[in-house]
Amino acid sequence: MKPFELVNASSLSSALGALGQAKGAVAKAGGVDLLDLMKEGISAPPRLINLRTIAGLDKIAAASGEQGAVLGPLATLAQLAESKALAGVPAYAALAEAAAAAATPQIRNMATLAGNLCQRPRCWYFRDADYHCLRKGGNKCFAHSGDNAFHAIFENDKCAVVHPSAAAVALSALGAKLELQRAGKDGKVATRELAMADFFVAPSKDVQRENVLAAGELISAVKLPAPQAGQRSAYIKQKQKQSFDWPLGEVAVSLTVTAGKIAAASVVLGSVAPIPWRAKKAEAALVGKAADEALIKAAAEAALAGADPLDDNGYKVPLVKALVRRALTQALVSK
Amino acid sequence: MAKRVKAKLGFPGHIESVEIELPPGEPAPWDADSKLAVIGKDATRHDALAKVTGKARYTTDIKRPGMLYARVLRAAHAAAEVQQIDVAKAKKLAGVKGVVVLPVRNARFVGQPLAAIAATSEDVAARALALCKVSYKTRPFVVQLDDAMKAAAPAVHAGGAGASAGAGKSANIRKSKSRRRGDVAKGLRAAKHKVEATFRTQVVLHSSLEPHGIVVDYKDGKADVWCSTQATFAVRDEIAKALEIPVARVRVHAEYVGGGFGSKFHAGTHGLLAAKLSRQTGAPVRLCLDREEEQTATGNRPDSLQRLTLGADARGQLSAMKTVSYGTGGIAGGAGTASPLYNLYDCKSKAAVEHDVYTNAGPAAPFRAPGHPQGAFALEQAIDMLAERAGVDPIAFRINNDKNPVRQAELRRGAERIGWDARRNKKAGGGAKLGAHGELRRGIGVANGLWYNTGRARGEIHVKLHHDGMVEVISGGQDIGTGARTLLAMVVAEELGLSPSAIRTHIGDTSGPYAPGSGGSTTTPTMSPAARKAGYRARLRLEALARKVLGLGDDAALVFADGKVQSKDGGKQISFKKLCARLPEQTMTFSGPRAPNYKAYRETTAGVQLAEVEVDIETGVVRVVKIVAVQDAGRLLNPLTARSQVNGAVLQGMSMALFEERVMDSQQGHVTNANLEQYKIAGAVDVPEIDVQLFDVYNGSNSTGALGLGEPPIVATPGAIANAVYNAIGARVMALPITPARVLAALAAAKKGGAR
Repeated sequence: MKPFELVNASSLSSALGALGQAKGAVAKAGGVDLLDLMKEGISAPPRLINLRTIAGLDKIAAASGEQGAVLGPLATLAQLAESKALAGVPAYAALAEAAAAAATPQIRNMATLAGNLCQRPRCWYFRDADYHCLRKGGNKCFAHSGDNAFHAIFENDKCAVVHPSAAAVALSALGAKLELQRAGKDGKVATRELAMADFFVAPSKDVQRENVLAAGELISAVKLPAPQAGQRSAYIKQKQKQSFDWPLGEVAVSLTVTAGKIAAASVVLGSVAPIPWRAKKAEAALVGKAADEALIKAAAEAALAGADPLDDNGYKVPLVKALVRRALTQALVSK
Repeated sequence: MAKRVKAKLGFPGHIESVEIELPPGEPAPWDADSKLAVIGKDATRHDALAKVTGKARYTTDIKRPGMLYARVLRAAHAAAEVQQIDVAKAKKLAGVKGVVVLPVRNARFVGQPLAAIAATSEDVAARALALCKVSYKTRPFVVQLDDAMKAAAPAVHAGGAGASAGAGKSANIRKSKSRRRGDVAKGLRAAKHKVEATFRTQVVLHSSLEPHGIVVDYKDGKADVWCSTQATFAVRDEIAKALEIPVARVRVHAEYVGGGFGSKFHAGTHGLLAAKLSRQTGAPVRLCLDREEEQTATGNRPDSLQRLTLGADARGQLSAMKTVSYGTGGIAGGAGTASPLYNLYDCKSKAAVEHDVYTNAGPAAPFRAPGHPQGAFALEQAIDMLAERAGVDPIAFRINNDKNPVRQAELRRGAERIGWDARRNKKAGGGAKLGAHGELRRGIGVANGLWYNTGRARGEIHVKLHHDGMVEVISGGQDIGTGARTLLAMVVAEELGLSPSAIRTHIGDTSGPYAPGSGGSTTTPTMSPAARKAGYRARLRLEALARKVLGLGDDAALVFADGKVQSKDGGKQISFKKLCARLPEQTMTFSGPRAPNYKAYRETTAGVQLAEVEVDIETGVVRVVKIVAVQDAGRLLNPLTARSQVNGAVLQGMSMALFEERVMDSQQGHVTNANLEQYKIAGAVDVPEIDVQLFDVYNGSNSTGALGLGEPPIVATPGAIANAVYNAIGARVMALPITPARVLAALAAAKKGGAR
């Protein structure tokens, strides 16, 4: 690891200021992935702006009336998993489940929501500094011609990484919005709000980044839509081993059931593509119908339609299909 | 004078009276009739508290005044001529104190050591490495077994160790061993039922929690060395050679070792580099490898490609067994897997041919029962396939074909413990649909195991009696986690009628008496008889003294128990402590050299395991629900640590069966998962119920009757799990690890073509 300067920020605005000033300065929240990247020699920022010294960024505000829940960017995965504002609300259950199932207890205690969303991929070629891959500015995806058992089955023609964030899968299904802030030229804070789908960047758009976060910009809040009557959600993942392991596949679903019919559906797959993968065909198959076994099966088939596995990851297709069926079933039986 | 005694040997229900010739001065072996106070009863590890409280100091914890930190410069290419190693810039970096460059002409794997740098901190050393410039002339390389076996494969060793193979053959293949008995071709012709099948196993890494590490403090022609090792004296000799000093001037400390599993028999290149850096700088040098180095360059269990042919007659009696195996341990290391086939089962005709294949990867090292879990994975599945063809129950088939009474009894015990008859699917894959979505299938499987470990006539233990009644047991050897430290105290405690906790054991310091490396599961059967011998000699001396003190005749029998020495009738007694006060010297040392083995009841160790698994047929994920491990352990010394050994072996075997796999990249020759994140090792949630059935066998091969237990219980685990998976889903997975991808592929193939 290269030597670096650590600056403890006292407020969000001072952090944004510090990020805007120093070239190459990087924000540090839980530091879980950032320190990995620095130790692996993938990233060598000269200055870290520590956000953990800012009070109040881990607040979780429960939904109330028309107002959905608002999650502080530094809320830890452990806090999200245990929060009554999430786990106790059927519409939000997927996020609590995703947070609870991620990584290990030690990591969940350190890892923050914003940090989780901004993680870089775990692809073993990307993580090895000696592999000058596309994502690191090279001209080749080593996974295509190498071992790709844990890689993408969708959107994998350029770079076959999978997005590593479990929270991103759940938040995408819940229709969350991200509030981003940066220091403007006038010294004021510039704020923008983006849908999850607009935050993540597919390799076809820019293979060297996973999201649109600009230099010096931070996720300042995660906003969930207000829960709808009859809305319930679920998140499921499958790992090879049941102790700490990265998932082979993940599914988050959100269903709004009114008068016995599915009025709204979102189905998002994880660990299958470089971005959280919205299964629009599955959603279309579900909406307007009464849920039964045949419908669930059809939706699962639709969710994996168009999957284009590489040499070693064809198993993900039947595996994720099963997860879609299970997640839909779980959401439908939950109250 | 050699003495002949009768001993009751065997196991409950099969006790025989066997005449044994004892080497001069040896005590009679503890046998089935021995009434023992300490041996055979659970004893907490003497170092348990130190380990769980962090008080135990491992090599990585050692700090010496003025200590320097060293890092290793490693090859960046899998095959290259090393033209120049330029360390000039690195030497100039502030804080760099020493540089040693190895005379490497050819790099043969990514991560091969080239040089080492000692500096005032780990960080400075790492930065200095980045300043080194190595000029390479790269060559084609090969990292996969199948690729290395092709005729056109680049030769890993110039000239080709297997160059003798001849034109049209890969220079990387070396026939390592060929064994044969009977006429296999004839046996196969006579066979009514035949199985021909190909099995594969993966490269597995030792992954000790404590990576290899060493601290060398060389001054005034003497060296103190702290080393994470399973062979203190081998390290002593290697360091002495590197420093060109007599072995007596090197003292190796290994009080605590964080795992070895076979990868820590030597000082290693890093150890020799540390020694040279210490000599060069005149300062203590610490060189501890990081996880990436540990997973890349310090050893592995080679992979395997095994072609088995088995034949049985109409009654299900084996008529021929044959295996041809290939495997790669990288640039060096034996990859044979044929021993289980050659040594298990009674069959007149057997052939076993093994080949090592070289690849541009880090060298292999012995790993917990080398070759055996791989070999048994293939053999035990093939046996099940043959039994199925012959229409014979797998356990009945094994009992019919294996006259070893211990293993037969173990199979019966195991079948009873897991509910073989009632709970195993009569038809493979025909079990109930379980789980919330009807996606789970359960199955039960069995596999045999064996090992060979009656101990060797090497090494020595010292017992010191002090005038205040304190007893010390001293060994220069090491305890790599098996509980050896505690066992030695127990044996001496038994001999002297004391509680084990009253005895202090000193271990892991080569200023103590010689002990061989901890390999082949020989430490307990080698060192416990030496401890008994030393304790026995101390006892003889104390007996003579006690007779005098108590006014008893020269032949009067004495009882040593509960810290007292008393006449047989109990009429006269003296406390152990008071007796020691009457010793003629303040401290008396009794030496126990390990005598040659006596006649053994059995020369091999028997074990069987039965597994119950649950397979998700939609995702292919396998969960091991239960393992019944029935294990011969000779005479049990400490059931508590014995169970611990079996638990550990079963977990490591299960982890190998389902998860672990080193992945080599053919593009740049790196290990893609040289970490504990993507190299998957079973964790707490994956642990099944483990029913350890220790099988006390009075073996008689040495004075304690002990056999080693480190390796035997891993042999059967992967095979038992694989057979259970077949029983659950009706499709065979022929390769390790049994991943979701392989399970789904096997299911799809079975659906398409019908189960084979």
